[in-house]
Amino acid sequence: MIHPSQFTAVVLFALFASTVFGITQRETPRRMFRYGVYCFALFVGSAVVLSWVMFLIAR
Amino acid sequence: MRYSQKRMATAATKNSAAPNTKPGFVYLPLIAGWLFPGAGHFLLRKWVRGALLSASIIGMFALGLAMKGKIYTGAQDVLDMLGFVGDLGNGLLFFVSRLLGLGADQVQVTTADYGTKFIVVAGLLNVIAAVDAHNLRTGRKPE
Repeated sequence: MIHPSQFTAVVLFALFASTVFGITQRETPRRMFRYGVYCFALFVGSAVVLSWVMFLIAR
Repeated sequence: MRYSQKRMATAATKNSAAPNTKPGFVYLPLIAGWLFPGAGHFLLRKWVRGALLSASIIGMFALGLAMKGKIYTGAQDVLDMLGFVGDLGNGLLFFVSRLLGLGADQVQVTTADYGTKFIVVAGLLNVIAAVDAHNLRTGRKPE
């Protein structure tokens, strides 16, 4: 059994989901790659921002 | 002026999408892609795309199991039903895991909850990948 940290779990989730989104939602390899990177940044970025928001609300 | 030219290019691109002229069963990539992640793209000779999809979906499913995620075996309430439908998207991975008794029966730690979500999302991503293979097969998505 593995116990990843929350951030590791977010990064792994974002990596796999972005790969599938990139391949399935765009037509050319270049656009697939760019869309995959875009989705990855949005996944991880939004998780970090929401984490800080919840941290500040909880204080 | 530039806008109308762009629209014309888009229309031309749409018209150039290959019609469904290939012989064989149209739904084969869809069914194969559902049963085994990436198989639909392999059938269409999209080797790199198929390998990436396969690695992503199987990797996500395996990580979910490694985190002791739960595999839904039935539906007691609406949320369970949604989870069960998501798990079904994994195709053979789901059925083989059920047969082998993999996955946890109860979610007891936080990482197991992550694992459960990984397994459900792997199934949903697999459905997206299978539909993409079907769109490539029918010509709805240009190759």
